[in-house]
Amino acid sequence: MIELKAVTKIYRMGSVEVGALRGVSLAIAAGEMVAIMGASGSGKSTMMNILGCLDGPTAGEYYLEGDNVGRLGDNRLAEIRNRKIGFVFQTYNLLPRLTALANVELPLLYGNGHHRRQRSRQALERVGLGDRIQHRPTELSGGQQQRVGIARALVKNPRILLADEPTGNLDSQSSAEVVSILQGLNREEGLTVIIVTHESDIAAAAQRVIGMRDGLIIRDTAAV
Amino acid sequence: MNPWTTFRIALASLSANKLRSALTLLGIVIGVSAVIALMAIGQGVQQSITAQIESLGSNLIFVWPGGSFEGGLGRGAGSANTLTLADAYALQDPVFAPSVAAVAPELRTGAQVAAGRNNTYTQVVGVTPEYAAVRNFPVEKGSFITAGQLDNRSQVAILGAAVEGSLFGNLDAVGQPIRINGRQFIVIGVLESKGGGFLGSLDDQILVPITTAYYRLNSQRTTQGGISVDAINVQMPSVAAMDAGMREVATVLRLRHRITDADDFLISSQQETIEAVQQTTNTFVLFLGAIAGISLLVGGIGIMNIMLVSVTERTREIGIRKAMGAKRRDILMQFMVEATLLSLSGGGLGVLLGASIALLLRGRPLFGDEPLQTAVNWNIALLALGVAAGIGLFFGIYPALRAARLHPIAALRHE
Repeated sequence: MIELKAVTKIYRMGSVEVGALRGVSLAIAAGEMVAIMGASGSGKSTMMNILGCLDGPTAGEYYLEGDNVGRLGDNRLAEIRNRKIGFVFQTYNLLPRLTALANVELPLLYGNGHHRRQRSRQALERVGLGDRIQHRPTELSGGQQQRVGIARALVKNPRILLADEPTGNLDSQSSAEVVSILQGLNREEGLTVIIVTHESDIAAAAQRVIGMRDGLIIRDTAAV
Repeated sequence: MNPWTTFRIALASLSANKLRSALTLLGIVIGVSAVIALMAIGQGVQQSITAQIESLGSNLIFVWPGGSFEGGLGRGAGSANTLTLADAYALQDPVFAPSVAAVAPELRTGAQVAAGRNNTYTQVVGVTPEYAAVRNFPVEKGSFITAGQLDNRSQVAILGAAVEGSLFGNLDAVGQPIRINGRQFIVIGVLESKGGGFLGSLDDQILVPITTAYYRLNSQRTTQGGISVDAINVQMPSVAAMDAGMREVATVLRLRHRITDADDFLISSQQETIEAVQQTTNTFVLFLGAIAGISLLVGGIGIMNIMLVSVTERTREIGIRKAMGAKRRDILMQFMVEATLLSLSGGGLGVLLGASIALLLRGRPLFGDEPLQTAVNWNIALLALGVAAGIGLFFGIYPALRAARLHPIAALRHE
């Protein structure tokens, strides 16, 4: 489903070139739950951005469901993000002025979205927030906000859910809740889930752990 | 994204910052209303001046004496005594001046006028019976000067409405005696009021027979003998006859004055006067409009400023929307619609405010005691609205492009 072939990503900072990814090859099958681990600067965020079609690789190829998406333009990438990928962020990234329901509706505004209200409500019910739909982010706890974030990622029925340090700002109880929701989505609905984290107990929930350092994959439990 | 959703999002983000949006709006409101109110006042002034000129008879040609040169001092046009009553009558000649419909000479002098205990200083105009029709001065009561009174140099007077008021108050002046420069006159009529105006009050004057004015009130005599006049009003039957009329008048006067080189008289038409006045007031109206237009421009810059602030403030929101699949076009449209919404609603409010100001000022004395005429020009209102919308688009496009070009990752990381 996901295949990276010798992907490199080089950032230019002034006159210095920094290789954030230095030739990464990776295959992830549909229905897998994968944790990507690594210290900061290991290239895991860069890989996340490329997997999420927020950025293209400098060299190498990225096949998503058989399509080479590495060379697509901004608008095509926006479409793919909209249709195939759901994002969950460490800082939730909800729009503070909007209610939970309106936040979840956001991806449906771009692309063809019918029954927006109904679909958003259903997504919120899936994460157990059916009774909080008119609350604004400031009226919700961190764990609840992150569940709104997950509902927003789910509302378009994506093929992949990308979670970037989803529990980084949460206490242990909320973390456990979020992890169990992600696990449930993977096990019960067969959703491909990729979590970037540096907490090993979060990574333990995944079937497969990929370790990164200095822009390279140094460990992959599936490869063993 | 469908247009209605775009519109709703724009409206929501504008109302999230109500005070800021209102202040930005105000810049456009002031600009547009200033354009409309100032243009309305300017055009109203122009209309009333034109109407006033036209109220003094139609299809007129004016003839004045040329300049004189006395003791080494040039005294300007109109100062010579080269036009006479005989010149005026000669212009009625059907052979030399077939186009002319009527002729009304006038001789003006200032005089102290008294009735009982009241007295005033006013213009005394010597006229012929034709004057009433040619210059459109009907009497309200009594009668106008007759040909017999003209021949007899009768000491009779027609009062302007303002003179009647200051000499007789509410009493009827007709039949009463008055004294002009110490000579006794009988009031035989009172003119209809024309109201004051930008050309001076037309009610503050007295009409007497031109012969009486010359022999009894004015001591100057012409170099050629005969009764001199200050101006000759020549009426043409139609606008089409004006050019021919002006040529005929000039030919007759040149023949009579035996002129071979420079004319000793000046001719102009009413149209020329109106055109000259309109040209002046047009400049004035455009000048007012340009000043108001500058404030509209400043309002537009205000919109750009606020939109730039808004883009910076909402960088993270833009990043989130992009991550959720918003295309460049979606973000561009969102900010363009916001800017245009601001400028259009500002323009709409400005039109309402400007038109209200113009209507409120209508009929109020703003310059002296002349009631101001205002004319709201709806074409200009539409134009101002269009310009406001255009300003929104123009000043909105740069901030919107900046928003649309943001890289999603950079925007998401923005604090």
